[in-house]
Amino acid sequence: MEDVKPQLVKVTIDGIEVEVEPGTTILQAARKIGPAVAPPAMCYYQPLKGSGGKCRACLVRVAAGSAKDPRPMPKLVASCLTAVQDGMVVENETNPQVIDARNGIVEFLLLNHPLDCPVCDQAGECDLQNFAFDHGKVTTRYEEDRRTFEKQDIGPYIQLHMTRCILCYRCVFTADQITNKRVHGVLGRGDASEIGTYIEKAIDNDFSGNVIDVCPVGALTDKTYRFKNRVWFTKPVDAHRDCPTCSGKVTLWYRGEDVIRVTARKNEWNEVEEFICNTCRFDKKKTSDWTIEGPTKVSRSSVISANKYRADTIKPSFGQRLAAAEYKPIHDERDTSQLDIQQLPPERFAKVLPSAMEPEP
Amino acid sequence: MAIKILTEHINVPGIESFDVYRKQGGYTAVEKAIKTMTPDAIVEEVKKAGVRGRGGAGFPMGMKWSFLAKPEGVPRYLVCNADESEPGTFKDHYLMKNIPHLLIEGMIISSFALGANKSFIYVRGELMYVIHILEKAIAEAKAKGFLGKNILGSGYDLELVVQPGGGAYICGEETALLESLEGKRGNPRNKPPFPAVKGLYQSPTVVNNVESIATTAWIVNNGGDAYAAVGIGRSTGTKLISASGHINKPGVYEIELGVPVEDFIYADEWCGGIRTGHKFKALVAGGSSVPILPANLALTLANGEKRLMSYESLSDGGFATGTMLGSGGFIVFDETSCIVRNTWNFSRFYHHESCGQCSPCREGTGWMEKVLHRIEYGHGHQQDIDLLVDVSKKIEGNTICPLGDAAAWPVASAIRHFRDEFQWHIDHPSEATQPGAVYKGEMALV
Ligand SMILES: Cc1cc2nc3c(=O)[nH]c(=O)nc-3n(C[C@H](O)[C@H](O)[C@H](O)COP(=O)(O)O)c2cc1C
Ligand code: SF4
Ligand code: SF4
Ligand code: FES
Repeated sequence: MEDVKPQLVKVTIDGIEVEVEPGTTILQAARKIGPAVAPPAMCYYQPLKGSGGKCRACLVRVAAGSAKDPRPMPKLVASCLTAVQDGMVVENETNPQVIDARNGIVEFLLLNHPLDCPVCDQAGECDLQNFAFDHGKVTTRYEEDRRTFEKQDIGPYIQLHMTRCILCYRCVFTADQITNKRVHGVLGRGDASEIGTYIEKAIDNDFSGNVIDVCPVGALTDKTYRFKNRVWFTKPVDAHRDCPTCSGKVTLWYRGEDVIRVTARKNEWNEVEEFICNTCRFDKKKTSDWTIEGPTKVSRSSVISANKYRADTIKPSFGQRLAAAEYKPIHDERDTSQLDIQQLPPERFAKVLPSAMEPEP
Repeated sequence: MAIKILTEHINVPGIESFDVYRKQGGYTAVEKAIKTMTPDAIVEEVKKAGVRGRGGAGFPMGMKWSFLAKPEGVPRYLVCNADESEPGTFKDHYLMKNIPHLLIEGMIISSFALGANKSFIYVRGELMYVIHILEKAIAEAKAKGFLGKNILGSGYDLELVVQPGGGAYICGEETALLESLEGKRGNPRNKPPFPAVKGLYQSPTVVNNVESIATTAWIVNNGGDAYAAVGIGRSTGTKLISASGHINKPGVYEIELGVPVEDFIYADEWCGGIRTGHKFKALVAGGSSVPILPANLALTLANGEKRLMSYESLSDGGFATGTMLGSGGFIVFDETSCIVRNTWNFSRFYHHESCGQCSPCREGTGWMEKVLHRIEYGHGHQQDIDLLVDVSKKIEGNTICPLGDAAAWPVASAIRHFRDEFQWHIDHPSEATQPGAVYKGEMALV
């Protein structure tokens, strides 16, 4: 039988054309182009069915719905859930309205989030930290009390610190889809909602540890690793073992000669592709337990990748120039010579995408 | 005598019972529909009638019905939205408790038209006594052969289920309602897919408001054209208005769409005027989520013409000078009302009722409430008014369901039209926080 390939559809995102299969979401199409135009995603998680739509970080503007019906969509849409149409034109970082909305989302997510990355275990591999770096402002307009919770042990391996949770629901989907029984969920509503087990219960089954990997922030952390180290001092190495329960493909995190943490492998988008079991994650912490494959290809979103937070590695795009403009005020107060974007050679900004903020020459 | 489509018999003693309702001509529409009409013919009449959804969004009911997907071998559902929780709206409650059989009759006709064999009425949980009234009415109708198996010997089966809600405003949003009906947490779904394609239990579903469904009995009896002849332009038929606030005669009134707002407020037939000795300051015309208008804009359009009680006229001028008919929750404020306090009060409601799924609404509603609270209590800062406008803009349009908009609009509109009053609170905190203090500056009182 002949292989019937579906007709590809053509989409333009930030002026760059890409061909994808029908049914692909805008976010996935943008990821296909590359990190420069991929919208940030704080709740969507490709391996988890039903995820997405909640954080609104990935909002984009659809300037033309399709070739057949080129009208723009009236509102910004969640790119993680909106399917592309042939001839669709999408504006991501090139649209000031999108940048403004994302600015707002960072601000909203940080309202009730502690600003204490220096004492958070997730710092350095936190989606929220990255998102705030890319789209946040340096000041806050919120002066009220933040909601806080006591830390809670949910079983022998996992600690929940609800204060840091951004209610992305990823851990809920993970427990539903990866483990054989979900015992936690979202309780309450509005900004009083919380992740919990209702009557304090241990989350305990072979795959429960995966909730740690999917959590975009430091709300769910590995008790066997908590505060042992900072991620940027550790060295990730890919390894595998013959595991009767899972694929056994993991990343080992070394400090010197010691394996101090085991996680599932994450792709470029910080998503786990193959979930691992608790035995691999929590009980196998000797090099001799593993067959070493070699150093992990560090993803762009890791602070371990060189100069992640250096301003001059910034991609020249509309949003980043806007961000650069925002940096100016802090020059008076601090030595931020590192951040001095103004001193970048002008060529860096030469090939920018059409800007809606500045008049055409 | 003004035409009454829904409430003609509502004051007949004993109308809540099957026998009295039947004597007033009740269930003749079911007989006509099931014995003499095809489902498609009923849909056609509803389309012709041009009834627009009475739950708030005003989407044409016939069009919604014709979008219902009809795949083979998959059940279809009709769900009646009786969650009515919007502050200022209490018309469905009134209809259901007084004349329950009108809704039951509408449910039978609508279910038959849509090909649903199991239909649901999702009732606001606080209205337990109404649930008992509906259940009694259903039992009566069943005993008389209008519900259950083989209705009136036609071979058509229908089971009607009354489901109490758990006390959440958000479960009035149609997809949250469906989640709740399925026994899950009432989080609105991302759309598409729309309920007409994947609704209850992933099957094609129509969700309609109580008042919308109740119109179908009259439409079947009198024809869609007769219904469309009532009202004005694309605002056909009558509408139940829940009138409350500083008027002489609060209550639920059925009006023909197109009555001037001024007549509705001042005529004895309806609100009977602003409470004696006071002046008209502001109006929320369609439930707490629609933009508030100052008295002058409530009564007249920007071009000086009279504003009418219709979808088009109320929204004339967009949000700059207009508002929305919404669900018909008509709240009148006189000069003793503090707009800041009222806005804070609305804001508190939306903060409390947000499901918390999406970040702009979860975090933004609480933030707005806190800022409004501090302005009202004399701790406002100069930049707070602009902050509120900015936060409301960052919520509006960026959320999964319209609750985000519903929270943003009252705040944005109150500042748009009553900015001086907010400013006064910030500039004169000690004066503004005196008990009963209200802004007395320049404004258009009528
Ligand atoms: C937050 C929220 C609350 C709502 N509450 C109600 C309600 O209590 N009753 C209702 O009929 N519609 C309510 N709606 C509108 C419904 O989503 C839906 O549009 C309506 O039930 C459709 O019926 P209709 O077309 O007959 O108006 C609400 C919408 C939102 C966003
Ligand atoms: S605990 Fe983590 S994964 Fe779970 S909802 Fe909160 S932020 Fe998301
Ligand atoms: S807008 Fe508010 S109520 Fe609606 S889904 Fe989002 S958080 Fe829930
Ligand atoms: S990633 Fe799309 S809404 Fe969260």
